[in-house]
Amino acid sequence: MGLAGAGPLIDVHAHFYYDGCARADWQQLNAARLRAGRAIGITCHVGSILGSWGRNSPIYFQSPADTIVGNDAMLALQRAHGSLVRSYVAVNPNDITLALGEIERCVALGAIGIKLAAARRADDPRVDPIAAYAVEHSLPVLHHVWQHRRRYWPGQDASDGVELWRLAARHPGMNIILAHIGGGGDYSHTFAAVRETPNVYLDLAGSGVDRGMLDDALAAVGPRRLLWGADLTLCTGLAKLWALEAIGLAADDLSDIRWRNAARIFPPGAFMSSAEAVTSPVSREGRGSARTVA
Amino acid sequence: MTPRTDVNAFIGDYPFRSVPHPDPDALVRVMDREEIAQAWVGSLPAVWHRDPAHANEALISRLTTHASRLRPVPTIRPDWPQWRDALGRCADHKAPAIRAYPAHWGLGADDPRLMELAAECAGQGIVLLLTVRFEDLRQRHSLDVAADLSAASVRELARADTGARIVVTAASRDLIEEVHWGLTPNERAKVWWDISWLWGPPEDHLAHLLRTIGSERFVFGTGWPLRLAQTPRANLALLPDELRALQLSDPSTWS
Repeated sequence: MGLAGAGPLIDVHAHFYYDGCARADWQQLNAARLRAGRAIGITCHVGSILGSWGRNSPIYFQSPADTIVGNDAMLALQRAHGSLVRSYVAVNPNDITLALGEIERCVALGAIGIKLAAARRADDPRVDPIAAYAVEHSLPVLHHVWQHRRRYWPGQDASDGVELWRLAARHPGMNIILAHIGGGGDYSHTFAAVRETPNVYLDLAGSGVDRGMLDDALAAVGPRRLLWGADLTLCTGLAKLWALEAIGLAADDLSDIRWRNAARIFPPGAFMSSAEAVTSPVSREGRGSARTVA
Repeated sequence: MTPRTDVNAFIGDYPFRSVPHPDPDALVRVMDREEIAQAWVGSLPAVWHRDPAHANEALISRLTTHASRLRPVPTIRPDWPQWRDALGRCADHKAPAIRAYPAHWGLGADDPRLMELAAECAGQGIVLLLTVRFEDLRQRHSLDVAADLSAASVRELARADTGARIVVTAASRDLIEEVHWGLTPNERAKVWWDISWLWGPPEDHLAHLLRTIGSERFVFGTGWPLRLAQTPRANLALLPDELRALQLSDPSTWS
């Protein structure tokens, strides 16, 4: 049993690296994630690669060439690690034709979701074709978010909860994963923005471990709209799982956060290794809660 | 590794957001759960008070019922009249350390009053505890404008050769390395770092620092009640196998 206890555990916000990206220690980083994942008990890392991680184009404004190379590297990791690793296809909405083609190409090769970062605000109409594609093909979208962005920050056109809410409202059939509530900024602003938007799910990732954050997230959206993830700090991810137990969350609710909500919003069969993770909730309740609500 | 002393705990309210149950009873329950024997406890609001005297009195009073486990860490600002008297009273309350916040008080890295404070701490055998940050820069309230404690501030204090033990909390890898490798071996031997703001895998900052700087320079700290007390325990649990047996420095054994 891993440090996080028994049962499936899906990290919906992982990142990987590859030869040729900006990190010379890419092998070490990938190995460290997988090693820690084994120790924690992660049954699936759903990962993305943002272009060349800044080597040839900016991390959050990846060039078309970097987009393709990065996605290919992510899919190669998925092939190499079997059911332990799954892929998002990461795209830049500014190159919309390429983005749509890249999503189609990568989904055909096994990608199970779409990653949007910070090349365009979430409520920009240029994102709409990607949202429409996601709805049509039942793909969740993990969207990078700055919790309450009060100004421009260098290196990214980050969106905040209000901008993501606008996107979600325009596409009620789209399941959106609002990235890393612990990833910087004021999460309480985010909770207020998306509280009543049922197709927005919150991932718990990020280095932020404020006491009260998890309680407030649960109060805002409930356990059925929270997803566990770690992003770049698996230690804080583990701490949050322990904290959810410490605050007395019911085992069933904890299972929702650990894996069942992910199994509901990702495509059928996305997590083949955890047979119980993909069969019971999906067959029992139908998949795509946002569709049900919408 | 068995954490014994949490050097980075507080009680009291935080002015910029609601913090659940920041009181001594809750802290003791958390320590029981996390297997922490003792905590050095500061007053969370004291840093924002012009005169920390009342906050110090409240801190000492509120910790009395848990005196065997919660050790008071009063706040002493060396730019305030009679600060030496206030420091002298710390010994009466068996304070193992005092807290100082140069960045919040506008004291530059070379301010001589900081060196005087350090020298007085050394004379009384009290640790000087510094805080790099309370919250991530990205989430701070618009009125919370103090900069993070600079590496230069820590270096200058350590280079002043006052003899004081300096514990720095909530420092990240880059600041630790900038200070540590900017000091002589003798100067480094007077500085300790808590692990509350160091990241584990995949970046493995904590593992890196334990390998390059050594576990004896690090102490256990949580940042409670602002931060989840589980975080440093998780970080230690995720260390690579070859580092798992290392022991952090235990302040309760410092003479």
